[in-house]
Amino acid sequence: MKQIFKRPESLIDVPFHFCPGCHHGIIHRLVAECIDAYGLREKTVGVASVGCSVFLYDYFDVDVVEAPHGRAAAVATGVKRALPGHFVFTYQGDGDLAAIGTAEIIHAANRGEHITVIFVNNTVFGMTGGQMAPTTMIDQETTTTTLGRNPASNGFPIKVAEVLKELPGSTFVARVAVNSPKNLMRAKKVLKRAFEVQLNGEGFSLVEFLSACPTNWKMSPEQASLRVQDEMIPYFPLGVFKEGDA
Amino acid sequence: MAETILVKGNEAIAMGAIAAGCRYYFGYPITPQNDIPEYMSRHLPEVGGVFIQAESEIASVNMMLGACATGARAMTSSSSPGISLKQEGISYLCGSQIPGVIVNMSRSGPGLGGISPSQGDYFQATRGGGHGDYRTIVLAPHSVQENYDLTMKAFDLADKYRNPVMILGDSLLGQMKEPLVKRKYRKREFEKDWALTGAAGREKRLLKSLYLSEGELTEHNWMLHRKYRKMKREIMFETQYIEDAALVVVGFGSVARILKSAVFMAREKGMKIGLFRPITLFPFPSAALEKVAQKVKNFMALELNTGQMVEDLKLAVGTAGVQVDFYGRPPGSIPSPDELFREIRKIYKKRIG
Repeated sequence: MKQIFKRPESLIDVPFHFCPGCHHGIIHRLVAECIDAYGLREKTVGVASVGCSVFLYDYFDVDVVEAPHGRAAAVATGVKRALPGHFVFTYQGDGDLAAIGTAEIIHAANRGEHITVIFVNNTVFGMTGGQMAPTTMIDQETTTTTLGRNPASNGFPIKVAEVLKELPGSTFVARVAVNSPKNLMRAKKVLKRAFEVQLNGEGFSLVEFLSACPTNWKMSPEQASLRVQDEMIPYFPLGVFKEGDA
Repeated sequence: MAETILVKGNEAIAMGAIAAGCRYYFGYPITPQNDIPEYMSRHLPEVGGVFIQAESEIASVNMMLGACATGARAMTSSSSPGISLKQEGISYLCGSQIPGVIVNMSRSGPGLGGISPSQGDYFQATRGGGHGDYRTIVLAPHSVQENYDLTMKAFDLADKYRNPVMILGDSLLGQMKEPLVKRKYRKREFEKDWALTGAAGREKRLLKSLYLSEGELTEHNWMLHRKYRKMKREIMFETQYIEDAALVVVGFGSVARILKSAVFMAREKGMKIGLFRPITLFPFPSAALEKVAQKVKNFMALELNTGQMVEDLKLAVGTAGVQVDFYGRPPGSIPSPDELFREIRKIYKKRIG
């Protein structure tokens, strides 16, 4: 019998620690599928960030360095400059990339570093227990905005993909979701293109993944996926914002 | 014979780094160390290296962390306020056991302070500097030649111990010009079975500082502690006129240069003054000082701050019957040899007569 579905080779056979309904596991799998698809497992260096995704080193069967909070893009810059022939990716949440790491991501993108950034936006600080993130939606309740995010005092949810696409140094910038089979298939295609941008030496690529955090949203996994569709996508539209040269 | 050139202290550091095989430099402009990034930006590309002017001190130390994680030799440099920003990264380097060389051509603080010579960063440099219970090797050159030699040595020590090494100087050592003998770097091989080079034909590798399992972090910290203790074999210091000294003056870096003149003046006048100059500030040459204290009962620390290294001196020689005096000069002006001579003479008269 022909096997048509299996665990990606670059994903270690251990259960994820993620909460039920969290999208990190799906996004991990997509990244691993792309590493396999291009035969990169033996020439990849991953950069883990601080947050729920720090444990990616327990799941990916590739070399990994753990970056300080927010500094993944700077660490990846150093790795890639020293190993220009390797595939280098960062995997960062919205607290890590869009709050404390804003300077690092903007300048890595603007230098056109040949790295691929997996940016996971779930509108909340997940690992620390559900505080407001820069991406938290207007009126969204978090443990530090118990009455809902009020733009008058908390500002607005930041649209990272739209900000980065404006930089002359960035090559490929896109936003995807994995809350439905259709979005998932689309996300895989977009992610493959982001990989190719690095592999072809075209430059900097970033894919923003809209992701569910049922635990901190206090929702069921099903409700959380619906929220991605009904609340997040209208504000954070999906699409490829910058195509590169292809 | 090695070539002798007239060169600025900061440039000697950059030359030493390139000679030792440093091929990646990441930095951010700050006075008084800008000659280092400027030199690197011109000369690293000539040897196939990479220079990046980063968006911040924080980014530069983390770029260095990334480059060093692959086993490459990399460096960052800055001055006091910028070194404060790098401390997070230095803590991660220690925790993840990633080598690297950090140069602090320190300026005067607190805050924005000024750019005059200062030794106000002694505590920060020798006590770890950032969060957590860790240490970096700290080398304190006192001449342009030592800037060059100790920078080369710093890369070896960093690789040997898988730990960051700091070079602590100041604007006096960075800005002055002196003849430099460009000694050839004697290459030493270090096995880097931890370096991230892609998991080809081997198990994947991981460089991290997060340890959450029961007891894991305790064991990790004890392991680091044992490593810091081993560093004692790297201790370096210089002595002058110790044999018959009644009073030993202790100073490092820029102040030690001035002290040498002051001690010479004292000797000319028949005063039995000796000089002890720590070259490694961490590990501090405590055992050597303790040995001196078996014969000499009077010590005096002189620093360009209000009293930092003197604490290590007291810890080293603080046995009963040993007197430790201190003269400090906070930043803003540099004492002349005459001034230091007068301060030393005061203590000499008081303690010896």
